[in-house]
This record gives sequence, structure tokens and C-alpha cells, in this order.
Amino acid sequence: MSDTLSVSIWRGGENGCYTAYQVPARENQTVLDVVTHVQRHLDPTLSYRFACRVGMCGSCAMTVNGRPRWTCRTHVSHVSDNGRLEIGPIANMPVIKDLTVDMTRFFEAWQSAQARFEPSRTRDDEIAIVKPDSPARIAADAAIECINCGVCWAACDTVRWNDDYLGPAALNRAWTLVNDERDGGNISRLKAITVNGGCQACHAHQACADHCPKALSPTASIAGLKRRAMSAYIRGELK
Amino acid sequence: MTFRQFLLQRLTAAAMVPLIVVHIVVIFIATRDGLSAAEILERTRGSVGWALFYGLFVVLAAAHGAIGVRNVLAEWTGLARSRLDIFMWVFGLSLFGLGMRAVVAVVGAS
Amino acid sequence: MKITTRSTAAERPNTSAHRRDTLWLAALVHRISGVLLACFLPLHFLALGLAIEGEARLEGFLRWTDSTLVKLAEAGLVFLLTVHLLGGLRILVLETLQFTKGQKQWAMFAGAIALVLAIAFVVSFGV
Repeated sequence: MSDTLSVSIWRGGENGCYTAYQVPARENQTVLDVVTHVQRHLDPTLSYRFACRVGMCGSCAMTVNGRPRWTCRTHVSHVSDNGRLEIGPIANMPVIKDLTVDMTRFFEAWQSAQARFEPSRTRDDEIAIVKPDSPARIAADAAIECINCGVCWAACDTVRWNDDYLGPAALNRAWTLVNDERDGGNISRLKAITVNGGCQACHAHQACADHCPKALSPTASIAGLKRRAMSAYIRGELK
Repeated sequence: MTFRQFLLQRLTAAAMVPLIVVHIVVIFIATRDGLSAAEILERTRGSVGWALFYGLFVVLAAAHGAIGVRNVLAEWTGLARSRLDIFMWVFGLSLFGLGMRAVVAVVGAS
Repeated sequence: MKITTRSTAAERPNTSAHRRDTLWLAALVHRISGVLLACFLPLHFLALGLAIEGEARLEGFLRWTDSTLVKLAEAGLVFLLTVHLLGGLRILVLETLQFTKGQKQWAMFAGAIALVLAIAFVVSFGV
């Protein structure tokens, strides 16, 4: 194994360029370790995001050799192309500087999709009893672990090609709520996810499911939404 | 693409599945010993069954193709929504018109 | 040690590795086949419409299609139609039954069957 990695990191904003660095190679090294080394020892002006560095927060998502990944959970040995690494900001979000991106549109889509819980009871009502093995709860649980890291959004070409598209994460969360028997907002939510750019815009490329670091499948969630929306449409509930 | 267009596209797709299977089978049978006009027209001339089959096929294909191509243009070009809708209607109606003319041609052939 | 490299053309971050994935390619094939079929359809209708001018007119056109080149193009059309149908079925099943298993296999299978049919078409002419 060679002593050094040739690392190419995106510097600047939208109109930046890749800049080369030589980083000491180690036995056990994540891509986040590499970025951290560059910022601490080679160039303190490098901007990047991270927090937990143990695969729980989703802050460290970057494009590594062309794919969006959590850099703290990406071992260099798994992705290095003959000792070469290319690291950039994740796609489909405006670049602020270097490896940091503006997630505004991602989170606005979340709100547009009504991917937030709408209560149907007050504190004076009985607590809802939700059976964990009910089909709806199983469906919701399969998609509930999303932590809004943005990797699916970055991997999705429909996001890239369609400015109106709500995106895999927002729709995935909307699906968990559609299956939440405590939620009272599903009539308006189904309308919210069938606007132009809603669930029907998904072409099932399934890049979201392939890249999700939590192995979720927005594809499956969106398919569920399509099915639910089709029934609602036929019943005249989407007008 | 509105949800209604999406639904129409999926419904026309599902409806066309059996029609296309039949069409592919007909293609292979018809071209087996060389394709001739006499052979085609002998089958379709005056046939209510083929008229309905191909007539339906034309309607479904026109709708499906128009919505589909509109979708591609929407995602891969910067055309405005109004332009896309105009294109969709023009393309869809053209396919419908040409297709019905073809059905009339082979069913009503002399 | 830092080495700066600058390119003369405007660079963009490289974010397209996912476009090598099977299902992305399947979606591309589905899209391209659909567009090509949509382009072909008016020509198909115009050709059949020649029967309005009588059987002989249609026959004349069909004899033109006897050439090897046209037959190969027609085999291509058989491929496009079959791959679009089978790929579309994959999506229909995914969306109506929420069935996500075996997607890659189905996509590859669809391509293979379409290729087989196209080859069968060519072979049936002894081309």
C-alpha cells in the first residue's frame, strides 16, 4: 500500500474547481478523516460539515468518486481508485463553499409535501393505541428512520431534471405519516403530494434506495403513495 | 405532469399490454412468409374486430405517447409549461388523426 | 503538501457515478425507446394509410421494405417495442403492487428478451 493518497477536493463555490492534496494513507481511514486532515494540516480554509462522525447525524454527506455518501462511514479502502480520491459537495444543492451546500430547497420540499405530523387529538383525549404489528405501522416503521441527510436527494436525477419535484426524502416521510393512524392531515397531505412535481414525477430510477445510508427505500414509499393517491383520485378526494 | 396525466398514462399503458402482445404475435405471423399488402388487407378488410382492435390501440397510443413525450421534453428541455401542453395536444391529436386514417385505410380498403 | 490545479474550462463537481447503475440505465432505455417509438408511429400510420390509394400502392411500399437495411431497422423496432413494454410492466407492477423485489433482474431480463425477439425477427428472414 502506498504512503500517500492523491486527493482531489472541490474548492470554491459553483464556479470552483478541484484542487489536489497529498494525504498520508493509513490502515484504517475514513473519507472524513482525509478531509479533516486536509483542513487541520494542509489548508485551514477548507469548509466542510460534520458532527457525530459515527454515522448517526447525516451531516457529513459529500460526493465521493461521483456518488453521495456519508464520509464518516466510508472507508477509503472501499472507494479509493488506486490511491486516488475525488471529494466534492453533494449534488442538486447550490454550493456555498467547498464541501458545504445550501439545503433550503430540500427542506422546503419537506414542508410542501406536508411531511409533518398533524395531530388529531388533544391532551384531554385518550392516548392513541398503535399496534406495532399492524400493517400500517409496519409500513411506517420501514421508512421512519430518515434523518434528512440529503444523500437520496443528491442521487436523484428527477430532482436534477424537475425543479418542482418534492424529492425522495420528503415523500418518504409523507408516506410514514399517511400510515400513521394518529395523524389527521391525510386528505390535504395527499393533495400536497400530487401537485406538479409530486409523487407521480418519480421514475423509479431507485438511486435513492441504492444510496440511502440507512437502507431505506423511498422508491417503495413513493410507490405506496402513488397507490394511495390513485385510490383517493378515483374516490374524488383529490379535487 | 399533473396527477391526472400520470393516471391516464399508466392506465393507457396497462390497457395496451395485451394489445401489444397480440401485435407482436401478428408481426411475426404476418412477416413469416414475406409481408404483402394482399395478406394484410385480406385480414383487415371489412373486419369489425380488427377495426375495434386497432381503433382502440390508436386512441391509447396517442394519449400515452403524447403524455410521455411531454414528460421527456419537460425534464430535458427548458420549454415553458404552456408550450409543453400545446405540443402534447398537437402531437396527440396528430397521432390520433393519422392512426384513425390508417385504420380506415386497411379496414375499408378496396 | 498542496498542489493547486486549475482548468481552463468551467469545471463542475463530478456527481454522475449513479448513472452507471442498472436501473438508471433501464430507465434511460425505457425513455429513449419510448421517444423513438413515438417518432416512428406517424410514419407507421402514414405507410398503412397508403392503402387508401389502393392495394397496389401499399404493396409497392412493402416491396421497398424488403431490403436488408429496412429489415434490420424493423428488428430494431421490435427490440424497442418489446423492451419498452417489459420495462413499462416492471414500473406498473412496482407502482400498483408496491412490489420492489427483483428489479435489477427484471430489467436485465427485459433487455434480454427484447434482444432475443429482435434476433428471431432477423433470423426469420434468413438475413
